[in-house]
Amino acid sequence: MTETALTNPIEPPARPAGWQGIAADWSSDQRAFKNVSWGKAMMWIFLLSDTFIFSCFLLSYMTARMSTTVPWPNPSEVFALTIGDKKIPLILIAIMTFVLISSSGTMAMAVNFGYRRDRFKTAALMLATAAFGATFVGMQAFEWTKLIMEGVRPWGNPWGAAQFGASFFMITGFHGTHVTIGVIFLIAIARKVWRGDFDVERRGFFTSRRGYYEIVEITGLYWHFVDLVWVFIFALFYLW
Amino acid sequence: MTNAAVHIETQQPALHEALASGAAHAKGQQHPIKLYLVVWGWLFVLSTCSYLVDYFGLQGYLRWSLILLFMVLKAGLIVAVFMHMAWERLALAYAILLPPVLVLVFVAIMVFESDYTHLLRVIFFAPTA
Repeated sequence: MTETALTNPIEPPARPAGWQGIAADWSSDQRAFKNVSWGKAMMWIFLLSDTFIFSCFLLSYMTARMSTTVPWPNPSEVFALTIGDKKIPLILIAIMTFVLISSSGTMAMAVNFGYRRDRFKTAALMLATAAFGATFVGMQAFEWTKLIMEGVRPWGNPWGAAQFGASFFMITGFHGTHVTIGVIFLIAIARKVWRGDFDVERRGFFTSRRGYYEIVEITGLYWHFVDLVWVFIFALFYLW
Repeated sequence: MTNAAVHIETQQPALHEALASGAAHAKGQQHPIKLYLVVWGWLFVLSTCSYLVDYFGLQGYLRWSLILLFMVLKAGLIVAVFMHMAWERLALAYAILLPPVLVLVFVAIMVFESDYTHLLRVIFFAPTA
């Protein structure tokens, strides 16, 4: 009972909204995040720290690109694919973007069905999300292979500024790692949903805490963040 | 004293709203599926738009401002609706969303720094030809 109260609290007195709400929530000896469980708050704080990591990568890329005197390779041409006999700029990256956005869509619906306690739809949508994620990683592996075959290395490439390869492998590699971890995370949680762990509040094998459908939303937060980072990489690295 | 009383009274509607949203929260985030489908559609449209910027080969400030515009709109939709930040209390929203904004200061610093590095490279390392 006490644990239910901890993860899903209902505050007896109403809290003020707006700016007064911020001051009231943060002040005195109490929890700052009133209606958010520790699991969700910690995922948000982890995502904030991850934001700083990706910010540093994108910043170092910006610094390298702005300070080099050698022309930067044109991403529009570097990432073009020849389909049939037409050369289409950036097409693989565009498809990867749509795949990742679609995975975010299915994830958002999985969270929704989770709170409705529709476990089969939730698990199916989470597995669809994982499948989209795996497709994305597969396409990224294809892209890396193609570029490495063409002679792109972290220390140089055939088209221009040497820092291009280092920035590319570092940024997309780190993002791809995040997607891969997300796929594993999704499959692990989808299995628990499918088995009905959260209907009976079965205790976790490792943490021995009761499981709730909220973990689907927490997994979703991580997954949407991965999509969010891709939005920035797509705009700043591929399109700029 | 009377001032304080008036102040508290004006807060009453806001308090009611907070209570209502708090009660909704207790059951987790519940929004119609249609909302997610609409946002999904918009993300597709915005991604297509940013791809078209490259496809049609727009250049210069037009290109950069369009890229940034579509990027910010997409990021906003994902954070606000998919990650449910629009329905969280402001204490959480500001705690999470303000620090990344401060990264822009870092961006400004590095813009100056790389301009300076570029200048030095042009002056001292430019190929003599």
